Amino acid sequence: MRIEARENVSWLAKLAAPAVAAIIAMAVCAILILWTGASPVEAYSLLFSGALGSKFAVSETLTRATPLIFTGLAAALAFRAKLWNIGAEGQLYLGACMATWLGTGMFDLPALVMVPLLFLAGALAGGVLLLGPTLLKTKLGVDEVVTTLLLNFIVILFVNWLVFGPWKDPMAMGWPQAAPVIDSAVLGQILSKTRLHWGFAIALFFAILSWVLVRFTSWGYEIRAVGLNQHASRFAGIPVDKVVVRTALISGGLAGFAGVSELCGLRGYLTLDLSPGFGYSGIVVAMLAALHPLGVVLSALFVAVISIGADSMSRSLNISNYISEVATAISLLAVLASMFFSHYKIRWR
Amino acid sequence: MGFFNIMDMSVDQIVLQLTGITKTFGKLVANENISLYLRAGEILALLGENGAGKTTLMNILFGHYVADSGHIEVFGEPLTPGSPNAALTHGVGMVHQHFTLADNMTVLDNITLGTEPLFAIKRGSRAARKKIQSLVDRFGLEVDSKALVKHLSVGERQRVEILKALYRDSRILILDEPTAVLTPQESENLFVTLKLLAEQGLAVIFISHKLKEVIGASDRCCVLRHGRVVFESKTSETSAEKLARAMVGGDIPQTSKVVQEVGPEIFRLQNVSISGQDGTTYLNDIDLSLYQGEILGIAGVAGNGQAHLADLVSGMISPGSGQLFLAGKQLKKITPAAMVAHGVGRIPQDRTTTGLVGDMTIEENMVLENYKQKNYSSFGLLRFNNLRKRALDLIAQFDIRCPGPKATTRQLSGGNMQKLILARVLAENPKIILACQPTWGLDVGAATFVHNQLLAAKKRGAAVLLVSEDLDELLGIADRIHVIYHGRLTPAVSPEATDVSALGLAMSGHADVIAKRLPRSIPKDSQEQAGEVAQ
Repeated sequence: MRIEARENVSWLAKLAAPAVAAIIAMAVCAILILWTGASPVEAYSLLFSGALGSKFAVSETLTRATPLIFTGLAAALAFRAKLWNIGAEGQLYLGACMATWLGTGMFDLPALVMVPLLFLAGALAGGVLLLGPTLLKTKLGVDEVVTTLLLNFIVILFVNWLVFGPWKDPMAMGWPQAAPVIDSAVLGQILSKTRLHWGFAIALFFAILSWVLVRFTSWGYEIRAVGLNQHASRFAGIPVDKVVVRTALISGGLAGFAGVSELCGLRGYLTLDLSPGFGYSGIVVAMLAALHPLGVVLSALFVAVISIGADSMSRSLNISNYISEVATAISLLAVLASMFFSHYKIRWR
Repeated sequence: MGFFNIMDMSVDQIVLQLTGITKTFGKLVANENISLYLRAGEILALLGENGAGKTTLMNILFGHYVADSGHIEVFGEPLTPGSPNAALTHGVGMVHQHFTLADNMTVLDNITLGTEPLFAIKRGSRAARKKIQSLVDRFGLEVDSKALVKHLSVGERQRVEILKALYRDSRILILDEPTAVLTPQESENLFVTLKLLAEQGLAVIFISHKLKEVIGASDRCCVLRHGRVVFESKTSETSAEKLARAMVGGDIPQTSKVVQEVGPEIFRLQNVSISGQDGTTYLNDIDLSLYQGEILGIAGVAGNGQAHLADLVSGMISPGSGQLFLAGKQLKKITPAAMVAHGVGRIPQDRTTTGLVGDMTIEENMVLENYKQKNYSSFGLLRFNNLRKRALDLIAQFDIRCPGPKATTRQLSGGNMQKLILARVLAENPKIILACQPTWGLDVGAATFVHNQLLAAKKRGAAVLLVSEDLDELLGIADRIHVIYHGRLTPAVSPEATDVSALGLAMSGHADVIAKRLPRSIPKDSQEQAGEVAQ
């Protein structure tokens, strides 16, 4: 067999590829559902009605998509510059720590000042956390995959210490959690009687802003050039290290946003289950979106639909909700394969 | 032991016959109805410009591609299409342009690699050594079989490749651009070897685009153009002129070098040395002056320090010791951006990895060095309208063949990539132009275009530093030529005062012979050419 590049891939084919991939992923998951003895048709109809079937279901899906958009953007921008930021999980938690530190009564300001301030502080914390591994990469050539990944555990253990120790809320009946943020730090609901908060709107805004950054600005031009050909960029006089560091601050900042948004919009207080791996899922979201900032919104919604829908499906059919993670993983593999096949073909001889 | 006897083969027997080979890639016809034959004991030169279909044809012969139609016979037996082993087992050996040797193994191991059982207790049996020695003796392929390949010169490595093919009982030997990496003297040695091989009944095809060596070394030649055989003749019955016309398909474009008064010194390297971390010296106490309105050539075999010299002038590396002066002022900060800001236009050796970002568009690549200028970005936003306008202007001015300014540069041919880089550099009216191998891999038309652009830049007063391994290029357009050998520069000579063989000797370390005069000590094999040059 031989792999040959396709010439002139049409837009239709590029758009059709992820759709075909999603169908293939669903078909593969159907086999797993059959294996458990349930009907795939019933399972999928429960999945979609659970995620999209009512106003409440939709609001839950959008709520789940919010942190995924932030961490997806964080991964997408960093990966564009070939900076492999695997540390969004830690950056998210550190952002939430910052919001807890500043937002639980240290001072009080009107909400319109307080909330942006917390977002800014959270972004700074996330950005600075990624700065260390990035400087180690640019100055000493230390592999950032290892350092950012391991920093996640350090940060989570740090949060562990905080919520069991100095920040433990005496009013929480012994649960390991920090004090709730004060009222002026709370992100309000978009829809009443749902959990959907303004964090979602902020996530959309930053998705558009990230797209503008990548597509229209000289910073985005530098990020793309450095990511696509670092050697040629350096030769042309683009300050490669500066671009990578700047991208790290933006990427870490977006992941920090995710932590602030979850804390101030959804939970209200810092716990160890603030994020069930949103930082890692963000990598999947970014890859599904082919690193396109607007695509990140769509793929975050896709992942949110599957995970919210699978929760409701598993309750009704007694199938483990791990099926949602299997479905997400298979979708990612299928999308990567379909993107490959939309650009290459295999000739059998 | 399957050691054949070459003498068994009658000379003039047709050993290789390709009939009606056609191969298309999408709309591109790479080979169209090509028929070729090869007799035992003859040297066939296969000529053609880049993209003429030479490589495709050889890939079909070696089973890497399957032809759409046509068939191949070796020694009267049909060759299974698409099987890389078929050609080898039928006795067809290939010496690639880029050698396929393991650097950290000995010559003996490299030659026998793959011919011995995987779990043999001892490598390099006595029989193997004996066979290699007999090949060495018979064909004058002198090389130390115990030496590690990484310690060999390029010429010696090529001999190992040839031995490797002969050890596998090849009776047909194909060499792809064998002289591309050799000095003129090494090339002469190679052709002596090829003649010996042919005299003993082997059949040889060598692929080339250099007319002189084709005329000098082949018995028959065959010219490919646009995938077709356009010319075939006995070499003795044709001329370089006829072959060139057949290759290009018409008149050969001319460059017109003008001798002009040079201006003041614009750029100088003073006592510049560069060493690697392991202590290897790349540049050794270099002094170099570049004047306005001249083309200064740097000749040398790859790996003698010219890459570091080019990196230095590009701003990619700083000198370990020594100074750089630009218009009399010492340069303190040596970075790519600083060099661009000082008016140094840089044409890198490697177009795809250094010159362009292949997945970005033509208009984006056009401003890779100056996107920060007010004209191209304001308030942090790229001014795409101005980018497009510049791209369209330069595409027209430099005749870049492309689907449009929004096409990615990956889609362009090598010649058009080079035109894009030239356009980007020359549009800024640089005072100094560094051109590294600017015509490498280009066809005659594109190469002439590049030469004329450099000559035009010189005419308006730019100083051009031309680093090249192509001596004809240097002799053709340079005003002065340095030779670089082991990190040192010879004194500059004018092209009129030197010639290919003198430069070739200097390139292999005989710095005293760069000028056209009879040297005292020259290697035996080059006495003949050097002798022609009367003092």
